[in-house]
Amino acid sequence: MKKQNLLLRVIIIVVVTLLGLYAVIGPRHRPTLADFKWSGIKQSLATNIHLGLDLQGGSHLVMRVKTEEFLRRLTEDNFVAAQNAAKDAGYDVKGGRADIGPGNYRVVVEPADTSKTAEIKEAVEKKVELGDTSVWSYSGSGGTLTWSMTGAAERTLADNATTQALNIIESRINALGIAEPTLQTHGAQTSHQILLQMPGVQDPERVKDVLRGESRLELVHVIGPPSPQPATTYPSEAEAINSLNSAGTVPPNRKVLPYQERNETAADQTQPKPKQWVVVEIPAIIDGSELRNALASQSQGGRADEYEIDFSLKKAGADKFGAWTGSHINEYMGVVLNGEVRSIAFIKSQIYDRGQITGRFSKQTAEDLALTLRSGALPAPIEYLEERTVGPSLGADSIKAGVRASLVGLALVIFFMLVYYRGSGVNAVVALILNMILMMAGLILFGATLTLPGIAGIILTIGMAVDSNVLIFERIREELRSGKTIPSAVDLGFNRAFITIIDTHVTTIISSLFLFVFGTGPIRGFAVTLVIGLLINLFSAVYVSRTIFIWLLSRRKMESLSI
Amino acid sequence: MFQILHDVNIDWLGNRRWFIGISVLLMLAGLGSAIVRQATGRDAFNLGVDFKGGTVVTARFKQRPADDAIRAALVGKGLNDAVVQPVTDRTDTVLIKVPLEGEGQDGRARVREALNSFGTETAPATELEADPNAAYKIVGTDAVGAIAGAQLRNKAIAVTLAALVGILFYIAVRFEWTYGAAAVIAVFHDVLVTLGFFSIFQLEVSLTVIAALLTLVGFSVNDTIVVFDRIRENRKLHRRDSLYKITNDSINQTLSRTIIANGLVFLSVLAMVLFGGDVLRGFSLALFIGVVFGTYSSVAVASPIMVWWEQRLEAANRAAALSFNQPPVRGGARPAQVAPGPRKQRSTGAGRA
Repeated sequence: MKKQNLLLRVIIIVVVTLLGLYAVIGPRHRPTLADFKWSGIKQSLATNIHLGLDLQGGSHLVMRVKTEEFLRRLTEDNFVAAQNAAKDAGYDVKGGRADIGPGNYRVVVEPADTSKTAEIKEAVEKKVELGDTSVWSYSGSGGTLTWSMTGAAERTLADNATTQALNIIESRINALGIAEPTLQTHGAQTSHQILLQMPGVQDPERVKDVLRGESRLELVHVIGPPSPQPATTYPSEAEAINSLNSAGTVPPNRKVLPYQERNETAADQTQPKPKQWVVVEIPAIIDGSELRNALASQSQGGRADEYEIDFSLKKAGADKFGAWTGSHINEYMGVVLNGEVRSIAFIKSQIYDRGQITGRFSKQTAEDLALTLRSGALPAPIEYLEERTVGPSLGADSIKAGVRASLVGLALVIFFMLVYYRGSGVNAVVALILNMILMMAGLILFGATLTLPGIAGIILTIGMAVDSNVLIFERIREELRSGKTIPSAVDLGFNRAFITIIDTHVTTIISSLFLFVFGTGPIRGFAVTLVIGLLINLFSAVYVSRTIFIWLLSRRKMESLSI
Repeated sequence: MFQILHDVNIDWLGNRRWFIGISVLLMLAGLGSAIVRQATGRDAFNLGVDFKGGTVVTARFKQRPADDAIRAALVGKGLNDAVVQPVTDRTDTVLIKVPLEGEGQDGRARVREALNSFGTETAPATELEADPNAAYKIVGTDAVGAIAGAQLRNKAIAVTLAALVGILFYIAVRFEWTYGAAAVIAVFHDVLVTLGFFSIFQLEVSLTVIAALLTLVGFSVNDTIVVFDRIRENRKLHRRDSLYKITNDSINQTLSRTIIANGLVFLSVLAMVLFGGDVLRGFSLALFIGVVFGTYSSVAVASPIMVWWEQRLEAANRAAALSFNQPPVRGGARPAQVAPGPRKQRSTGAGRA
């Protein structure tokens, strides 16, 4: 090798090493003297390396948006609307149903006069979104009208519901003031899952409750004689249904809902009020999408620890609400939250844009509820699939154990290499330490997080890295044994071993890439460190190690090689 | 020069019946354990919460009560099937495993309810030591629902298989299909044997164990490739030797590397088993077993399979060439004299040794 070539190699190695060192322990601000002290270096190291939740502590939540529930509600709403539209147009409807199953969402309407299907179809599609042929495909046979949701629309609607849920969850998390959350979709698109990571949050109970809050708010007309008669309630669901006089079924424009006066505050816990049932009219007068704002406030005239929620409506909702209340003075109106009547009040006078949800909430419940109402209703309920929390002390234990295992592993390997390969062992040790530094730098530069399995990846990389050197050294020994001169044995050893090293590295990288692309959480952290470590190994174990040999050989004519 | 091995000359292929026999035996033992357990109504594998669903609560106490006392407190709150498992690294900490319950059941809250009989928990933001009144603190939880469990399980299997296929393709491109297939069969064997150990000794299979299995796939293929690489090289250098001899020679030539490199990996893994803590234990144990059998299989399983396959292909090609009086389809670029019968070769091999 020429001298210049050696010089170039040395410059490249020194520059890369320094850059790597800077990336790992360099400060990210203008360096001061303190940054060169041990404590300063530790400080910089801590800020540079992003630790995973398992090491720094925090919560990891995987939730699923129940999109099938969204599609079910959509189908049911359309069924009710279709029936009402047909009736409004003067056609009697004998029966029908919302036909719901996995991958099967259909609205079936059976008119009394089967010869009028074409007219009914026209009347329905004029008023209801069932006319949207990109979502619903119509088929009529035997005097019934059927609208089926197309498969493509089902997927699109489900995806949209997930995106919408993601946005709402994001606004709720921001409102809760959680620091540095990560929120993203999780797994395959069709799984409708959302991953939320919250560093530092040790007990996610409250967050979970707030996120889960569906906050479907509806203001409904409660059926019954007007005030001064008290609001009509029934002690059981069956009695409520019987009052409808429709042979045990609920007609499409009515709904039976549970009603329970809440006893959230401590004083009332001992005497829960019995659950009652009321009959309400659907569709609702207005729903939560018309909400402009919602705030928790202390109950007026109630106890000091009782809270209620004041809300105001947007312009369009206020107009609708004003018109309805104006024509229903003295009748009863119910506030329905998530399918349960929370409070019933009679209309004293026309109301436009303000209302209250009373119900003796505790302060926190009222505040959380107001928060979820402001962020809007979730399009579908969510369920939690996975919840992992790690306290900072547990994380610190893991770091300690991981670092200890790495150091012991490293020490054992270094000891063996120095004993077995003597002078050349130093080569391997230099390469190994450089590999560690650059691996950390790689993690930092790629913005990857270091997890506990990631530390395992580092320990394994120690093993793989030293394997490359063993391959090379064994090969050089073989060539020396077969009588080659030292320079040509070194040359041949590197060249031959390099082919093998490439093959072994590529196969491991292939399997790691699968881990990275398809794996989850901990497995991913492991794959990242392994891939970075292997790529760097091609530089440290081959290029750097060879440069040291070149340098040794260039210094003087060697009689023997310490290997 | 300090050297572990000098000019080894072992007839690896001659002993292949033994090697394959041992491998088959080990795989059958693991498979047998899984089947017997399944048939007698127990679980074939001790699946962790990652795959089975359920909740694991890590609780740290100021004064840790006896395991039985904790168990009694849990049963008192209706958690009859909860398992209390001490942590080997820290005497003040226990793992409480609650099996999967119906939707809406919150394992963490119920465990907390039970533990409150020993005193109060610290507030979320404070450490246990900083709170003079508290008796314990829940320092970690893992709760996995049934859907997520099944999903993680399927994904783990799919990723492992996909990685194997990827490796098969790469080796097929770089070497031959037979080499790729032999390497993948050997590695599959390693995974099965390791899983067998996990079934026999009922070690817990968690997500990190799957990561370990995948690492093992990488390592074992690694070793196999080193041998195959040498075979490829030797076939170019010694065109007149038989594949049988070349394979034996290649294994012997790379043997010292195999032992040193895997010995070092073994040492790192040993460090992980001993010092890596409880969280990494499943991972390290799987690798610990895997490294041993990965080394074994790349020497004693992959090469015999490859040689057997190549010999059959050669024989088939020769037969085809004879009957159609045409040049062989494959092996045209190969040395003509490749595949003597194994039986005949064994006698010459013995003579050489």
